[in-house]
Amino acid sequence: MASKVTTTQSIDLAQARKNTRKERWQSFWSVMTQNKAAMVGAVIIGAYLLMMLIAPILAPFDPYDISLEDKLTPPSMEHWMGTDDKGRDILSRILYGSRLSIGVGFVSVLFGAFFGITLGLIAGYYGKWVDTIISRMLDIMLAFPGILLALAIISALGPGLINVTIAVGVFSIPLFARIVRGSTMEVKKLEYIDAIRTIGANDFLIIFRHILPNVMSPIIVQGSMRLATAILSAAGLSFLGLGAQPPSPEWGAMLSSGRDFLFSAPYMAIFPGLMISILVLGFNLFGDGLRDALDPKLKK
Amino acid sequence: MSKEVVLQVKNLKTHFTTSKGIAKAVDGVDFTLHKGETLGIVGESGCGKSITSLSLLRLIPSPPGKIVAGEILLNNKDIVKMKEEELRKVRGNQLSMIFQEPMTSLNPIIPVGEQIAETIRLHQRLPRKKAWQKAVDLLELVGLPSPEKRAKQEPFQLSGGMRQRVMIAMALACTPEVLIADEPTTALDVTIQAQILELMKDLQRQIGMSIIFITHDLGVVAEVCDQVAVMYAGQVVEHRNAKDLFKTPLHPYTQGLLRSLPNIYENQQELQTIEGSVPSPYDYPVGCRFADRCPHAREICRAEAPDLLEMNNAETKVRCFMHTEKWEAIEEKEELVCP
Amino acid sequence: MFLFIAKRLVQIIPVILGVTLVVFLIMQMVPGDPAAILAGEGASQETIEQYREDLGLNRPIAEQYLSYVGNVFQGDFGNSLKNKQPVLDEILLRLPITMELAFYSILITVALGLAAGIISAVKPYSIRDVSVMVVALLGISLPSFWLGLLLMYLFSVKLQWLPVAGWDGPANIILPALTLGVGGAAIVARMTRSSMLDVIGQDYIRTARAKGLKEHFVIYKHALRNALIPVITVVGLQFGSLLGGTVLVESVFAINGLGRMIVDAIRTRDLPMVQGGVLVASLVFVFVNLLVDVLYRAVNKRIDLN
Repeated sequence: MASKVTTTQSIDLAQARKNTRKERWQSFWSVMTQNKAAMVGAVIIGAYLLMMLIAPILAPFDPYDISLEDKLTPPSMEHWMGTDDKGRDILSRILYGSRLSIGVGFVSVLFGAFFGITLGLIAGYYGKWVDTIISRMLDIMLAFPGILLALAIISALGPGLINVTIAVGVFSIPLFARIVRGSTMEVKKLEYIDAIRTIGANDFLIIFRHILPNVMSPIIVQGSMRLATAILSAAGLSFLGLGAQPPSPEWGAMLSSGRDFLFSAPYMAIFPGLMISILVLGFNLFGDGLRDALDPKLKK
Repeated sequence: MSKEVVLQVKNLKTHFTTSKGIAKAVDGVDFTLHKGETLGIVGESGCGKSITSLSLLRLIPSPPGKIVAGEILLNNKDIVKMKEEELRKVRGNQLSMIFQEPMTSLNPIIPVGEQIAETIRLHQRLPRKKAWQKAVDLLELVGLPSPEKRAKQEPFQLSGGMRQRVMIAMALACTPEVLIADEPTTALDVTIQAQILELMKDLQRQIGMSIIFITHDLGVVAEVCDQVAVMYAGQVVEHRNAKDLFKTPLHPYTQGLLRSLPNIYENQQELQTIEGSVPSPYDYPVGCRFADRCPHAREICRAEAPDLLEMNNAETKVRCFMHTEKWEAIEEKEELVCP
Repeated sequence: MFLFIAKRLVQIIPVILGVTLVVFLIMQMVPGDPAAILAGEGASQETIEQYREDLGLNRPIAEQYLSYVGNVFQGDFGNSLKNKQPVLDEILLRLPITMELAFYSILITVALGLAAGIISAVKPYSIRDVSVMVVALLGISLPSFWLGLLLMYLFSVKLQWLPVAGWDGPANIILPALTLGVGGAAIVARMTRSSMLDVIGQDYIRTARAKGLKEHFVIYKHALRNALIPVITVVGLQFGSLLGGTVLVESVFAINGLGRMIVDAIRTRDLPMVQGGVLVASLVFVFVNLLVDVLYRAVNKRIDLN
């Protein structure tokens, strides 16, 4: 009897939380749509995603088609962004390259988010020595400055776009884990989690049904910010020749080959860099807006 | 009886423009402060008394706030019309202020002595060493033990009571004519409260300044104030001699406030409260702002807004129809209808 | 304070050990026989076995790690596979260059970032503020390697004011330091602005105004010093991404620093060199963080109470 009362109460509580979640979603939506900068970011990201999907339709030329007699022609009506040192149409390469550059960013952030969230949930939920071990691990990962951890991983795995994706992803793990760990510890303290536990819900259910949805907002904010950094890092590693290899139209790799022609054909380096910059700007604008809309600490 | 007027506020209005509309936080405040006297400004939280005090020094954050009307006459010079430069010479010098929160009102990383000395250097052009010595003397004056040592400390090393003493020393640094104290004791323990009040009274006697004492605590008012201005919904509703006010409150709101005061001499069964709540500063009623909570309210109270009118003498002012000739007419009529 | 420093020093020991462990394990992750890799391509089976014996690669992994750590703390980072010279010699040659670059970059980060942040915060939501913040957002979004190329194209190729690349004189430092410092400056500017706005809303700023202080006194004496406290932490973290960024910028401007050494070593699969470079850069970062902690503590004495 007593347990039944608790059950209905906890169901009510869960229901109430669901309702407030709906309200929160509505208020989030209204804050986001009012934030012009965030909307600009969303439009930029949308445009790039569309470009990714319909690159073959948009591209006027074959991105790999070498025609040496057309090499290094400046931007013109025929080749809007000019041609590279092998006579390939830069615009077409950029359109196809979007799949690689954006794809690497998304996959690496998903990779980092998956492991980071898992570790963060485990550390935050179980606490004690589990938390100590995981937290020390994260500290060590964060002790590597910038992309040096990614470099170290690539040095072991060898160059290549997939390895860059893994390396950049690993670099994201501690950032997700820290945030999730902190939020999990906060949510765990809430009374209704105790109520659910008393009616015999197992840890797995509690974590995935009740805690994870509640730590989603900081994860989403961090995800958007990390996408910006991940795309920059991945392009940087390809620029160093450690990621995508020629003739791949990955933007960082294109930039890298463009720098040899900086004097004679600056457009070879300018356009890929511009594409990266605008995309990263989009994610930063969107991320700023998300943070303002989702972070209750800043709302007040 | 002609006492010298130091500060006179006439029809002061401070409004805030926000996304929800215009909040009329202060909307017609009038009061007079005489030399050497203490004026209490009382009212519930949200009635506009703190905004009034900040308006006196033009410390309202702008935007969103703005003084939209009225005069603040300090020795017959209007603070509202002063230029920045002129205003700065008044602030901390002729007119200084003590704030409610001693914990957060002192700069956390500057030694307290320097925070006082800085004001002295600014207004009295004293050299560094002399200004510092004066700061230490002031700390001694406000009763801070071992002032030499304390002056070099930062606020986090001092207790709340000590910090409020520092605030007072800072406010007194240039022997102001008027000291504005915005709930100076609210954040402190009861015993410390009494000490601080005693200190303020003492210093007032020594320096001869006037004090504006802002509080929601009528007990404190009874203890330290000569005159009282009761505020309600952005306006002064009763402005009187303190003794008279406590003896025969005129405005129904003041009466309500006094009834809600615990009285240790009489064995009260329960404290009375004023029903209802303060109207929103975004949307005041057309008539009297207290009408919805007033036990005496009549038709006229909801239709017309009463003015702050002088009673028998210039020192007693009330904003209520009950004390006008109109009211007598209304009462006579009522008696005719239902005897 | 000494107690605090001592405590922090003890706390970083496990972090340093962890970093060496990660660097050591990366070596183990390399596919194939480490002895064969260390012996170099085309080495005979005998030579490989010789290497295995000499380097103790046939011993248990824990023992190998301990001897690795022991060697590292004695300054023995192993020998380069390429020229067989001690890795430490090469690092000692390259590190000062990278540190110089990092020093000037962090100078730009702090100076530019603070100035921009203050300019913005003094008049929030003004045109000035909005434009500074838009530029800061661009600063965060531009890839440093692209910015470097653009600056090089503009100042070295078009205007010919500054040398294209190399590391011979003060003129060589300007562009790389700017390239590396701008991103951090943008982040510091954003942080300074929000911290300043937060401080300007505090009660003690109202007190300062109530005293009759001039507005610039209020801003620079009372607000800024408080606002800088959280910025210190950000600058410290920024130093980390800056150190990582040297890898890219040294590559763009052909500077023979530690970052370029690591990249070249990865290309030639000179693993001891990569290990040494990454380890040293990380140790520098760990100690800079310690320094930042101490500085933060020195500025913000209030922590004593909590």
